[in-house]
Amino acid sequence: MIGFVSYLVNGISLGSVYAIIALGYTMVYGIAKMLNFAHGDVIMVGAFVVFSTVTGMGLPPVIGILISVVVCTVLGVVIERVAYKPLRQASKLAVLITAIGVSYFLQNMALLIYGANTKSFTSVVTVPAITLADGALVISGETIVTVIACVIIMIALSLFIKYSKSGRAMLAVSEDSGAAQLMGVNVNSTIALTFAIGSALAAIAGVLLCSSYPSLTPYTGSMPGIKAFVAAVFGGIGSIPGAFIGGILLGIIEILGRAYISTQLSDAIVFAVLIIVLLVKPTGLLGKQIQEKV
Amino acid sequence: MKKALSLLLVGAMTLSLAACGSSSDDSAATDSATTEETTTSESSDSEGSGEATFKIGGIGPTTGSAAVYGIAVENGAQIAINEINEAGGINGYQIEYNFQDDENDAERAVNAYNTLKDWGMQVLMGTVTSTPCVAVVENTQADNMFQITPSGTAVECIQYPNAYRMCFSDPNQGVESAKYIGENGLASTVAIIYDSSDVYSSGIYEAFAQEAENQPFEIVSVSSFDSSNNTDFSVQVQQAKDAGAELLFMPFYYTEASLVLAECNSQGYEPVFFGCDGMDGILAVENFDTTLAEDLMYLAPFVASSEDEQVQSFVSAYEAAYGETPNQFAADAYDSIYVIKAALEAAGADPSMSVSDLCDAMMTAMSSVTYSGVTGKDITWGEDGEPNKAPLVVQIQDGVAVEL
Repeated sequence: MIGFVSYLVNGISLGSVYAIIALGYTMVYGIAKMLNFAHGDVIMVGAFVVFSTVTGMGLPPVIGILISVVVCTVLGVVIERVAYKPLRQASKLAVLITAIGVSYFLQNMALLIYGANTKSFTSVVTVPAITLADGALVISGETIVTVIACVIIMIALSLFIKYSKSGRAMLAVSEDSGAAQLMGVNVNSTIALTFAIGSALAAIAGVLLCSSYPSLTPYTGSMPGIKAFVAAVFGGIGSIPGAFIGGILLGIIEILGRAYISTQLSDAIVFAVLIIVLLVKPTGLLGKQIQEKV
Repeated sequence: MKKALSLLLVGAMTLSLAACGSSSDDSAATDSATTEETTTSESSDSEGSGEATFKIGGIGPTTGSAAVYGIAVENGAQIAINEINEAGGINGYQIEYNFQDDENDAERAVNAYNTLKDWGMQVLMGTVTSTPCVAVVENTQADNMFQITPSGTAVECIQYPNAYRMCFSDPNQGVESAKYIGENGLASTVAIIYDSSDVYSSGIYEAFAQEAENQPFEIVSVSSFDSSNNTDFSVQVQQAKDAGAELLFMPFYYTEASLVLAECNSQGYEPVFFGCDGMDGILAVENFDTTLAEDLMYLAPFVASSEDEQVQSFVSAYEAAYGETPNQFAADAYDSIYVIKAALEAAGADPSMSVSDLCDAMMTAMSSVTYSGVTGKDITWGEDGEPNKAPLVVQIQDGVAVEL
């Protein structure tokens, strides 16, 4: 029983990392209608900035995270301006390929600057671990912080989109960008803001990811990025609560599958569940049912 | 008009084919023209361009995720070559050395091999990693070129008679680990985590599991991970912990090992940790908390802190040249070059011999070579190309690898 609870906690811990990354994916997709495959690599950049400032320069972790958020926000806006904005009228496929290109560009830049050697990331979380049931169940400080951060971010994002002026502008652009423009919404700056928020989230996700799993290489972001994309689709891409639920569920399924079925088949199980969900509910768990009008 | 055009094209193609054929046939003639491509000029500088030299090629990843190993091999071999050239060369002939990058990729390794052949390579020291090595050995077998891999551990790396190995093979490491754990009574219950997507790791695991049946300990938990799931080890560690394993066997590389050690620490699980030669380098991970690896034991052919005279002179030469302590890959490469020298001397070879004749002579000589170097003493080679040497177990004590 304790074993099951312990696996569940590990699953929630892994899932909440996926969820934070998935929030960034789903925001950008929901509003700009594009898959930003470079998102995972912005996470890696965020983690490297914290590594350089906190471990390398000895700054306090809070300052390091703030610098990382600023760097990633600027990076996100620059990527959008340089690589995606000129392609706004181009086909979806062109933007997708560009995003993959940006992803490789970021990986190789990191490889050039930091080299291929693995770096060990010092956790920035100082919350102590909780030990229950005489040491049989340990909930690490990183897990607690990641879950709480994830919930706060999800609620804050939902409120921001629902009640703030720029948030409502995002909703309008997501509904119909042409009409929104006619109604006086600045579509370009709204999309830029979306990328800024998404990339700031990526910086936080990077710090939490590397605090939980303390190894850092230029490829650190790519695999969690792909898993988080799956989580976003699972929960219904474009839906903010969907990304949260999708991420957590994906983490739990992955860990429980590994624990009780097979350590070799965990990915196969995750993707089998994804296929079943998409067969039953093609828009994901919380995705909107869209009536295609002819 | 069309006919004339096609005739012209056919003519052009025939000409280009003929050109290809001739240039590869007498590659020796183009040697002097291509020497500026050599990555390391120190060795060739000391030599007048007119005299004959032995040309030794090397292949390994000097970029990409396995770059640590390739760079170590390139440098370790360079130290040996500098020493040999300063001492008068092999049979009085100097050595030229050219090391090519394969990015740990089989296809690039074959390209690198072809580049080296165009350069005039006579003996191959490589490749560094197993997967490319398995691809390249097909080519060296076809060309009958003498090959010694410093660190390719997969069985197939040396499946042909022309290929030899400096390090232990995967099964060998698995068997030796199981024997060591059993004979020294390190534990009665053992858990294993291995990388199912990696030949090296699963090869060691299989041999270990087989040998474990003859040993006085029991395997109580086996779990795996793969290259796309190599960050979260919570399940594997918990399974080992729940099974009550006193020893955790980790036949994989130090990158993942650092994560497993951190996970064990956070779960409050403190078994005896035992690994293979892939652990070598864990202390060099930037910013790694070495207290996590305290008491970790692993099989290693080489310990830089050893008081052996040969080891000390190699370590100080390497540190002077590259500013860091050599790892076992550098040591394997250093020994590989000396083994090539020993074989060439025993065969009484000279650089004018063809690649195939050299290989035949060296293969005959290898059966009588007994070599003592930095990765072992009195090493001999069998028909299968495997080295016979005693394994060495090291333990990390106070943040330093110490020979047990």
